[in-house]
Amino acid sequence: MPAPSGTGIAERVAVGQVADRVGASAARPDGAQKTRGEFAFSSDLWMDAMLWGKTLRSPHVAARIRSIDTRPALATPGVRAVVTAADVPGRPTFGLEVPDQPVFASDLVRYHGEPLAAVAADHPETARAAAMAIVVDYEPLVPLVDPDVALEAAPIHPDGNVFRHLVIRHGDPGATGDVVVEGTYEVGMQDQAFLGPESGLAVPAEDGGVDLYVATQWLHVDRDQIAASLGLPVERVRLYLAGVGGAFGGREDVSLQIHLCMLALRTGRPVKMVYSRDESFFGHVHRHPARMWYRHHATRGGDLVKVEARIVIDGGAYLSSSNAVISNATCFAPGPYRVPNAFIEGYAARTNNPPCGAMRGFGAVQACYGHEAQMDKLAAVLSMDPVALRLRNALERYDRLVTGQVLTGAAPVREVILAAASHPLPPPADPGGSILALPGGAGATAGPGDVRRGVGFAVSFKNVAYSEGFDDFATARLRLETGVDHEPVATVTVATAEVGQGFVTLAQQIVREELGVRRVVLAPASTVDVGSAGSSSASRQTWMSGGALQLACSTLRAELLVRAAELWECAASQCVFDEGEVVQAATGERLSVQDLLSPAPLETEQEFHHRPTKALDADGQGDAHVSFMFAAHRAVVDVDPDLGLLRVVQVATGQDIGKAINPVQVTGQIEGGIAQGIGLAVMEEIVVTEGRVRNPSFTDYLLPTILDMPEVLATVIEEPEPDAPYGAKGVGEPPTISSGPAVLAAIRDATGLPLTRAPVRPEDIALSHGETT
Amino acid sequence: MPVARVAVPTTVDEAVQALRETPGAQLLAGGTDFCVEVNFGLRRPPAVVALRRVRELRRYEVTPASVVIGAGTTYADMGGPELSSVLPALAAAARTVGSPQIRNAGTLGGNVATASPAGDTLPLLTALDARVRLRGPSGGRTVALGEVVTGVKTTSIAPDEVVVEVVLDRRPGPQQFLKVGTRNAMVIAIASAAVVVDLEAHDVRVALGSVAPVPVRAAAAEAHIADAIDWRAAGGPRASAAALARFAELVADAASPITDHRSTSEYRRRAVQVIARRALERCVARAA
Ligand SMILES: Cc1cc2nc3c(=O)[nH]c(=O)nc-3n(C[C@H](O)[C@H](O)[C@H](O)COP(=O)(O)OP(=O)(O)OC[C@H]3O[C@@H](n4cnc5c(N)ncnc54)[C@H](O)[C@@H]3O)c2cc1C
Repeated sequence: MPAPSGTGIAERVAVGQVADRVGASAARPDGAQKTRGEFAFSSDLWMDAMLWGKTLRSPHVAARIRSIDTRPALATPGVRAVVTAADVPGRPTFGLEVPDQPVFASDLVRYHGEPLAAVAADHPETARAAAMAIVVDYEPLVPLVDPDVALEAAPIHPDGNVFRHLVIRHGDPGATGDVVVEGTYEVGMQDQAFLGPESGLAVPAEDGGVDLYVATQWLHVDRDQIAASLGLPVERVRLYLAGVGGAFGGREDVSLQIHLCMLALRTGRPVKMVYSRDESFFGHVHRHPARMWYRHHATRGGDLVKVEARIVIDGGAYLSSSNAVISNATCFAPGPYRVPNAFIEGYAARTNNPPCGAMRGFGAVQACYGHEAQMDKLAAVLSMDPVALRLRNALERYDRLVTGQVLTGAAPVREVILAAASHPLPPPADPGGSILALPGGAGATAGPGDVRRGVGFAVSFKNVAYSEGFDDFATARLRLETGVDHEPVATVTVATAEVGQGFVTLAQQIVREELGVRRVVLAPASTVDVGSAGSSSASRQTWMSGGALQLACSTLRAELLVRAAELWECAASQCVFDEGEVVQAATGERLSVQDLLSPAPLETEQEFHHRPTKALDADGQGDAHVSFMFAAHRAVVDVDPDLGLLRVVQVATGQDIGKAINPVQVTGQIEGGIAQGIGLAVMEEIVVTEGRVRNPSFTDYLLPTILDMPEVLATVIEEPEPDAPYGAKGVGEPPTISSGPAVLAAIRDATGLPLTRAPVRPEDIALSHGETT
Repeated sequence: MPVARVAVPTTVDEAVQALRETPGAQLLAGGTDFCVEVNFGLRRPPAVVALRRVRELRRYEVTPASVVIGAGTTYADMGGPELSSVLPALAAAARTVGSPQIRNAGTLGGNVATASPAGDTLPLLTALDARVRLRGPSGGRTVALGEVVTGVKTTSIAPDEVVVEVVLDRRPGPQQFLKVGTRNAMVIAIASAAVVVDLEAHDVRVALGSVAPVPVRAAAAEAHIADAIDWRAAGGPRASAAALARFAELVADAASPITDHRSTSEYRRRAVQVIARRALERCVARAA
């Protein structure tokens, strides 16, 4: 069958300047298309004679399924297939870490919105009506919705209710400090809220397999899960990346992939599915809500002595990546500080709440709300400046983490703190200025006299790439040949999911840097032409896919040197690469890349693995992480305490990035990440009552608008990471981690209220404020 | 396949006729409520009567005594210079609605017919005792807004009736609209308040949004503060801090808010008293 249109996977040829190499703000190859609204996202996929799929989801939070009668749906004119759990040809379950989640619920429903069946029909409206016509006899059960209760309760799944219990014992458990501060903190359920809803198109293939065009974060891991459930060898399940409209972790898990492939194989027709906005809220995992208890011990001088913590995250009904998220929350629980003694417990619980998994910041975000509130408390008790206390305890290179791991990489913690702190503070609110600049914005609720300003500070750290012994790698294929106009053309083939982060730009910059080639072609990402790139998550692709591509470039460069040496009849070691040409050191003779390519093109495929990491032992000790990124944020917030409304005026940040391969893209990540961090601090929350999602829409799940976005002042610290390509750590996650805690701290500063919960709601401020005044 | 039939009338009478001739037909104005409901599967009309081409719905008229606003008037128009000079609080309400795209599409008639407790034009309309002109198969009728909006998203508009225009008496004096939401733009009101001060009649009108099933007047607060204001004070009317505080309490008494996923009843009660008081203080000075 021909390829569908609207795949967004057309080859992207970019003729850049040779100067657009590592360190330059080269333009995105897909930038103009995206800003003009011409980029084809996965929801634009189209094929003639395709069918439309629709999923039936449970209206119940927990229920026993007595029966499912699909006959009314099948009897609907225009319906071509209905599939349920009974039709899953292979493994009935899927999952990123452990396959514990049913493709379709068959005996039990464990969360609100769990899929039970899927329909394919000639028209989306027919599919929707047919899905509604399916008769399911449910016996509602009392849902288990409290994660602390769940840890002890009767299991709601054969694998039990404790996904993971992790303990970190470090130093002397009996150590105590002169000063002790204690607190409990809570973080609500944030959604990735990517703007392109889940969508894909599955096309049955002649070999009995299936071609799936889909927006995802990791093609190969999707493929493996799909193939297992379809009972097909992986070669017969081919995935192609369609245009991805944002991800933020929410596309790491399989959503509609298996359903779509089942429908396509059943009907023998291409089938497309696009989740509606409300369905999207049920279709992917969310950020884990967390409950945290902390006790910090310090000397009177302000040195941390011990951190005790207990962190419980609610994983919801299925595992997803909860095990890795709780590992992060536990490992990073103390924050980026020197902590000689620690006792930290992390629990990930299974409940009947919506499944939670990966989201930008991945466990470090929740912990940061706890440790940074604690640092402020400690500073207050010690009558110390909060920034000074953080500087005093800031980790340095060769310090030991509470996991026993020694920081061997760059650790410019002091630098990021000082950078954030030294940005100029904003001028006071202008009494004659726009009402839009005040808390309440367009609602015109506040006058300048109603507003108090607060300043808050927060610091964070997080791992880059996958941890705990995972063999994390990426693959890149590179072909060099002479183009029609005799210019050399480099074709990059990677399965790296471009989810908006801009790897498509970096790939070209890396090739130009290494080979001096102007013309770089990015082949479509798929599972067909190249090995796995790993996931576009954990801030890892610049390092990992960037590393693989750098390796591929240096391999081909070496081959060019060999070709030149053969022509010159000298040793390859006598030849050097310079500005896209090979130079014979002794004679100064030069050969261009196109000269060297004339006999035959060059091609290579390379895998890049990062330094191996180790598992954590029973005391939570081990070199579990490959590298760490640090960031500090200072937030200035205007608060109208009587109404509890606020406006974030400014966020200043210092961020450790190793190296800015593309400074404009770095700024984009920082600003976007801060928007998402602010969102969690002040408005973004999936409201879940007794397991039921109350606000699955953008009417009620509020994302920051441009009027909620502050001025951002950013300083990047470029201290090269020793074993990272170009010294570049990741950039994507740190802006989302400590920006929110800084905002919360600023609101505390403005109001004097404890505010231990994120997001802070207007009533949390206004009603408590009323009590105190 | 269920494809809706679409009628595109150019006059109100044609629209009424189209409604009558097509059973189940529904009016579509800017579509900003309509289409959301379609997307959520809450509305599946077999036929649609689109009002965009009905010119007479888009006009508005300002006379010395009243303002007549066609149902097809958009928020962008309400927030524009002409209407904002005579109805500044309606303009303020219009500017709080949605985003520029929504304000270019959404209409006054749609806001009235949707009758949401959070409809942002409704508090000011309620404060000004708006009258709604409707037209149906048997002719026109004029009804008080309070009789049109009968409950949460329910109205007394018949299925074959069109909202033609809204009539408001002009009041000489300042007016304000304040709206509380968790985001600084494009947000559904958690609480809102419109305050209209009549410097000639010496009265104050207060109406509240999002704190009851329908927009409500705070009659006791109005009476109290009209009495308490020193209307003839040099430099303009003023009220004492105590009178303002009592006003705020009485405003809260007029509210019967609910707790839902957007907010709590306690907060809504608090918010409405804070904003009603602030709105009044922007109209009437506080006595030292
Ligand atoms: C993103 C977004 C943000 C929003 N923000 C706000 C907000 O801040 N404040 C707010 O109040 N609203 C808001 N709304 C809701 C909406 O914009 C308003 O209620 C708007 O006034 C509806 O008008 P419309 O012309 O779009 O009506 P439509 O959606 O076309 O119609 C709505 C209803 O009114 C009926 N109707 C329309 N015109 C007439 C008429 N002349 N006679 C009889 N019946 C009629 C229709 O049949 C339908 O039942 C928002 C909506 C969206 C999508």
